[in-house]
Amino acid sequence: MNYLTILSALTGGAMIGLAAALLLFTHKHTAGISGIAAGMLPPWSEGSVWRGWFLAGLLASAPLYRLSGADIVLDLDASPGLLAIAGLLVGYGTRLGGGCTSGHGVCGISRLSVRSIVATLTFMLTAGITVFIVRHLL
Amino acid sequence: MKNTVYLFAYGLLFGLGLIVAGMSNPAKVLAFLDVAGAWDPSLALVMASALLTLGLARYLMHRNNDAADSEQEPSARVPTGVDGKLITGAAIFGVGWGLSGFCPGPALLGLSAGVLGNYAFVAAMFVGFWLFRLLHQR
Repeated sequence: MNYLTILSALTGGAMIGLAAALLLFTHKHTAGISGIAAGMLPPWSEGSVWRGWFLAGLLASAPLYRLSGADIVLDLDASPGLLAIAGLLVGYGTRLGGGCTSGHGVCGISRLSVRSIVATLTFMLTAGITVFIVRHLL
Repeated sequence: MKNTVYLFAYGLLFGLGLIVAGMSNPAKVLAFLDVAGAWDPSLALVMASALLTLGLARYLMHRNNDAADSEQEPSARVPTGVDGKLITGAAIFGVGWGLSGFCPGPALLGLSAGVLGNYAFVAAMFVGFWLFRLLHQR
């Protein structure tokens, strides 16, 4: 890990934190991506509007970044079948647990929510165990 | 109209933060989760930086505004107790995260790269959102 990697991580993290702060203090919404995305399932309501615009910005970030000439690396090693299973677990699990890396891991922990701290430690742990099993035991 | 521009901009900033931090690449996320392999602590730095930024924003807002903002924050009104659903959901999410390296934000952001497995993940994630609604919200 070199200085550039550290600087990128800290800068990117600050941008994520700033985006969450702006959404919170100007619109009173939590920047939890799983909740925002799930809110786009029909039937649509008034709450789908702000979610839709936030997601549109998120989706636009990659093509706009590429316009600057830079490339975005996306190494996805798992097969589409395995990724579908993973997606199902992520979709169902984040709704049952009430949040994901952004909602619990950043927004929740920033207000010292015990639920979010417990959830974050839990998904970090099971993710770590899963990676260990897949990479070192199978 | 003004609101939609802001919401779009916040989503954009959030997405650009993920890209700059390198978190849009599942392989880099998996390298964080793989503690027993060639460990890449980037994700921890990203979260720490995001938390610090959001925490600082909260501190400044509360200091300048006596009407406690957290009381108007929707997420702050949800139950604060740790329960089985929270733990189970977070655990399931973690397994899906560990299998793929994708959590909801990076998975949505990656769509524009046109990778088949990415589409499979996102489609299945929405099935997971819907499954939760079907099983728990009727």
